[in-house]
Amino acid sequence: MAALDRPVVKPRPIFLNLLAIRQPLPAIVSILHRASGALLFLLGVPLLLWGVHMSLASPDTFAQLKQIIAHPFSKLVLLALAWAYIYHLLAGLRHLAIDLHVGVDLAPARRSSAIVLVLSLLLTVIVAVRLW
Amino acid sequence: MVIAPSYEAASAHYGWRDWLSQRVTAVVMLVYTLLIFGIVIWNGGVDYAVWKNVFASHAFKLATFLFMIALAFHAWVGVRNILMDYIKPTGWRLSLQTIVICVLIAYMGWTIEVLWGTL
Repeated sequence: MAALDRPVVKPRPIFLNLLAIRQPLPAIVSILHRASGALLFLLGVPLLLWGVHMSLASPDTFAQLKQIIAHPFSKLVLLALAWAYIYHLLAGLRHLAIDLHVGVDLAPARRSSAIVLVLSLLLTVIVAVRLW
Repeated sequence: MVIAPSYEAASAHYGWRDWLSQRVTAVVMLVYTLLIFGIVIWNGGVDYAVWKNVFASHAFKLATFLFMIALAFHAWVGVRNILMDYIKPTGWRLSLQTIVICVLIAYMGWTIEVLWGTL
């Protein structure tokens, strides 16, 4: 009965142009968490398994793998995956902290988002320095 | 008198289970990541002999297997959530979810092959 008495809701305008909406920092961290996870599933895991296989099969394949990794294109792929892993891990730690009711309010949530973004890039730079 | 809310009847409660499993598997992977990091630092980088020796350990093989099982469950929940959010037609979603399950089982098969296969 209550449902029937409810006034008809006027259709609201929907604005979902993702390129025009200015996303808050925690939203950016959230979508990148997804994107990095998807990248790791699609590319990271198969490359990891292939790499571990190559590294263990024989001294020859180990050397071969080192040679492949030395190529600039491989380094770029490796760097992207390193960022994805580091970022996904850090964003996950942020999630665990929020689950424990640490940093739930808006200001700390924004701050921890910024920390995750900056720290993941810093650690990726360290990986880059090690690679080159 | 308290009446249980009716939506309870339609809940499979898998949301709570997945929420917990996503976090437990994350912690397992974190510990393994730190372990690998520690091994590499401890040995001051790895050449073939050291690396082969690390993987010769039965305990390390089991730890790696545990990591991959945690990864498979973690990836399943994550990728399934992505598909549930973005793929609306049921047929497409079901097909893609089936492919994801097959891929994850294949990853596990590959893991066993790498760890215990004759190579």
